[in-house]
Amino acid sequence: MRNEARTGLRRASLIWLVLAAAALAAFAFALATGSTRLAPLELLQALVSPRDSIAGEIVTRLRLPRALAAFAVGGLLALAGALMQVLLRNPLADPYVLGLSGGAAVGALGAMLAGLGAFAVNLGAGAGALAAIMLVFALARRDFARQQMFGALDASPRLLLTGVIMAAGWAAVITLILTLAPDARLRGMLFWLMGDLNGAESWTPALLALALALALTWPAARDLNVLLRGEALAHALGVPVAPLRRRVYVVASLATALAVTTAGAIGFVGLVVPHALRLALGNDQRVLLPASALAGGTLLLLADTAARSLLAPQQLPVGVITAIVGVPAFMFLLMRGPQKT
Amino acid sequence: MSAPLLEAQQLSLGVDGRTLVRELSFRLGAGEVWCMLGPNGAGKSTFLHTAVGLRAAQGGALRLAGRALADWPAAEAARQRGFLPQTFHDAFSASVLESVMLGRHPYLSRWQWEGENECDIAMAALRAVDLAGFERRDVLTLSGGERQRVALAALLAQDAPLLLLDEPVAHLDLHHQLLVLEHLVKLARDRGKGVLFTVHDLNLAARFASHALLLAPDATVRQGPVGAVLTETALYAAFGHRVARVEAAGRTLFIPE
Repeated sequence: MRNEARTGLRRASLIWLVLAAAALAAFAFALATGSTRLAPLELLQALVSPRDSIAGEIVTRLRLPRALAAFAVGGLLALAGALMQVLLRNPLADPYVLGLSGGAAVGALGAMLAGLGAFAVNLGAGAGALAAIMLVFALARRDFARQQMFGALDASPRLLLTGVIMAAGWAAVITLILTLAPDARLRGMLFWLMGDLNGAESWTPALLALALALALTWPAARDLNVLLRGEALAHALGVPVAPLRRRVYVVASLATALAVTTAGAIGFVGLVVPHALRLALGNDQRVLLPASALAGGTLLLLADTAARSLLAPQQLPVGVITAIVGVPAFMFLLMRGPQKT
Repeated sequence: MSAPLLEAQQLSLGVDGRTLVRELSFRLGAGEVWCMLGPNGAGKSTFLHTAVGLRAAQGGALRLAGRALADWPAAEAARQRGFLPQTFHDAFSASVLESVMLGRHPYLSRWQWEGENECDIAMAALRAVDLAGFERRDVLTLSGGERQRVALAALLAQDAPLLLLDEPVAHLDLHHQLLVLEHLVKLARDRGKGVLFTVHDLNLAARFASHALLLAPDATVRQGPVGAVLTETALYAAFGHRVARVEAAGRTLFIPE
């Protein structure tokens, strides 16, 4: 056991290195896959001198932006999921558990209903997500305040309930919009609801946000480990409970909002990735937060590559792939998880 | 003389406007073991939560090692006093060793990872609560009493001068009740720790505590050396139940009627 404690950082670095290598491999696979398949050497050539060939144009103009967007969105969702699971002290929490995707969907679908363009749809999604974030924050503000953490009256269940009820409300509005929508727009709406990276080229904000979200939460990762054991205990061990919970909520929510704005409400990445990593690597947030970002990005990148190439030229919403992979994976993890006795 | 580890001045406590403790003043010094007794809902946990800084008092002041509680930075306070909550809810798997090493959190700098030193301290704490060999176990697989002893080990690893414990022996079997309380007394005697624990067993209180706080339903608190506080009259006033106090086998025993 002494060795394990001493090599904590070394073990973590090794895990991150392996995951980063997997991410690079996934990028290579994604860039080489599509209507024009590229051999490794061709891919290298296309990346080094993109202007010399059609392949170069395809890779750098079409595939690379989409791959970067997929990676960033997947990373954001998995990181947000890991943070929400800590905040709510619930392994079944995901980035949307507090109703954020519902708010975003109402904004995006509302814009589609009004017949507005892609930019307005993204704007609507962002505005809807922010509205959902602020609503939950306002309704549960007592749970983010000081002097609210005595004993068994722990704030997480009430915050969770607030979010679940909000999600139910948003779901009703979404159904209303779908009912009112003309048939011609329904397809686009359904794709949005399932999550779709088609046309997602704005990877820069998502990738920057991923780096920023990690930078804001990773330094507090050991505090988060303590917070997971209960707020009273965390306070007794010197963790600034209320400010930390607020920070986690804001970072996780904004990360989710950006992911949803970029690619719609892609499910399961934020739930399954942190959960699976926890089972495989243990529950140290110092290891888990960067690992979630890397693994979530890799998973979504692979899922998106499958979504655009499995039935090519037909493109599937990537959310369908993540759900098809995610549901059985999650059931498996749930069945073999440790039972409380 | 140095300041007491914990000092209450005219402290009043209440929940939802109902006063539980009225104008309590007392000083807990190094090497003293205080037990806190009283009926359910008398304010024992409320007092501990207030002393830890989890909630505000209705009135009066609390001083930790001479400094007002509110003036303590969180991390410094965590090196000055430890707290054992009454309940734990583990939502996630974690090894016993990890759980105990959490007690070292206040001593590690932001970028520092637990090392051999933390591991050794945690292992010693596990031995003290008779859990040697449990370090790899998952806390989710432990019994209630074992889980409680893991939490006690984490508190021991925290190694603060003042230990506040909310029902430390509630889920423990007879042998481990005695073992844990003996260890706390030893820490007070040998290392000058101050201990304050809530308990419902009068016999354990009389046997291990040096001082007692007895909370009554009328918001008054009796305090002093344990033998002077736990009288038949005072216990009846607090619990509304007659208790006979007898001396036998060199010990003070309480037999409820």
